[in-house]
Amino acid sequence: MNLDTGKNAIIRLFNVTKHYGGKPALHNVSLDIEPGEFVFISGPSGAGKSTLLKVLYLAETVSDGQILIDGMNLSRISPARLPFLRRRFGMVFQDFKLIPTLTVFDNVALALEVAGKNPSFIRKKVRHVLRITGMEKKAHMLPPTLSGGEQQRVAVARAVAGDPDIILADEPTGSLDQVSARRVLEILLAYHKKGGTILVASHHLQQLQTVVTGRSIVLEKGRLISATRLEPYAT
Amino acid sequence: MIRYFQKALADIRSNRFLNLITMVTISLSILMVSLCLLFFENLDRIMDGWNQEGRAMVYLVPEFSTQMRPELASAITHMDGVVQVTFVSKDQALARLKNQMAGSTRFLDTLEKNPLPHAFEIQIQTREGFESVAAVVRQIESLDLVESVEYNQKWLARMLDLFQLFRLIGYVVCALFLLIAFFITASTVRLVFHSRQSEVEIMRLVGATDRFIKMPFYVTGLIQGAVGGILGLMILFAAYLAACSGISQSMGNLFHLDVRFLSVTAMGGVWVVSTFLGWFGCYLSLRQLLK
Repeated sequence: MNLDTGKNAIIRLFNVTKHYGGKPALHNVSLDIEPGEFVFISGPSGAGKSTLLKVLYLAETVSDGQILIDGMNLSRISPARLPFLRRRFGMVFQDFKLIPTLTVFDNVALALEVAGKNPSFIRKKVRHVLRITGMEKKAHMLPPTLSGGEQQRVAVARAVAGDPDIILADEPTGSLDQVSARRVLEILLAYHKKGGTILVASHHLQQLQTVVTGRSIVLEKGRLISATRLEPYAT
Repeated sequence: MIRYFQKALADIRSNRFLNLITMVTISLSILMVSLCLLFFENLDRIMDGWNQEGRAMVYLVPEFSTQMRPELASAITHMDGVVQVTFVSKDQALARLKNQMAGSTRFLDTLEKNPLPHAFEIQIQTREGFESVAAVVRQIESLDLVESVEYNQKWLARMLDLFQLFRLIGYVVCALFLLIAFFITASTVRLVFHSRQSEVEIMRLVGATDRFIKMPFYVTGLIQGAVGGILGLMILFAAYLAACSGISQSMGNLFHLDVRFLSVTAMGGVWVVSTFLGWFGCYLSLRQLLK
């Protein structure tokens, strides 16, 4: 299925296939995502949701096909350029991927430090994103001392701190209770309202659909089987 | 850079034991290396001191008479490299021998005739090395009235050859110890790197370059090397002070050994090598780990 939504697409996938030891995780997936879109990727376990995100930030390379990010062909990116590509993404994972030995503040600051921002800018920006994620008072705590919901808010704060073009969220609310999940979604939504592009892979599509307009993409056994426009049916 | 330094210090704190082991290993290696240097530096100086004396005894033929003395003394004095010429008559030589053999001179009194020859004690300039000294000695030996020349420094030349061999062995030992320090540093980096694998992965995911990831490791290596070097030198200095007081108490009356600690240049060199070693261990390990 090819959802050709225009040539201004920020993400373009052309017949992307990914095999793991001969088993296909993605099969011939073609997809265009416009800047500012909120895309939900759903499907059962093993459908290829996480793999789709992984090939976008080059945690995995595709077995076949092409991916363009803002016109840049990922297959031609040198290892030296990879970090610069990744700074264009903000990433949120189900297991948070926070550094346990760094404080909340330092975890968020990391996204800016790797980009070489100056310390005063980093301080200001980190305080700002911690405020909007409601984690300002826990800035000096270590991640293991926080609840799952709080850790995920820190992860989202880190993802948005660098003002990325695209946020990739892999099961961002998968391990959270409803209240925490709602808070995380609200932060993502705020980022989306400012024009950010978001791809969320989740089992809990209903929970996400209640708050945002976007596009729902359903994967099954690595194939893209449907793509539909969504309107929020509850606020 | 400050950030990398702070990060490196935090890493050292969080892996205290491992880093301590590395620093102690480096310091012990540096201790052995600087001990060798201390030995060689002092040996060079002592040998130089001995070498500068350059004395030879010119024994004269039995036919020599004191009337021939001025002419022969002048011939020797005018040779290149001869600094001083002192005549030692056979009577003076016997008196010296009696003096040196104090208490056991009875048999000398039984001698009917003084068996010792007349001699010249000469001092030779040795700055140009043993070869030039040997040339002067050969020149004196060729004189008609000269029976033989006893050049005391020949044994020194042989000793110097022996010390050159020691020096070579010393260099090999130093290289081995430096190699050990290098491998320990490299292994520590590997262990720390593996213990922080997930952290490194997260850093990469958020867009960290290899340089950003490597720098704290490099700074850690530099700190380990620098601290290890200082520790090694401090241990050596403490041992030197203890040994000096021991030597002066026990052997002070027998020998006058002027043992000095390493020169500032040598200490600086040792410290730079140690610091470099810390960094180089990190560099090679990370080059392999972050391929």
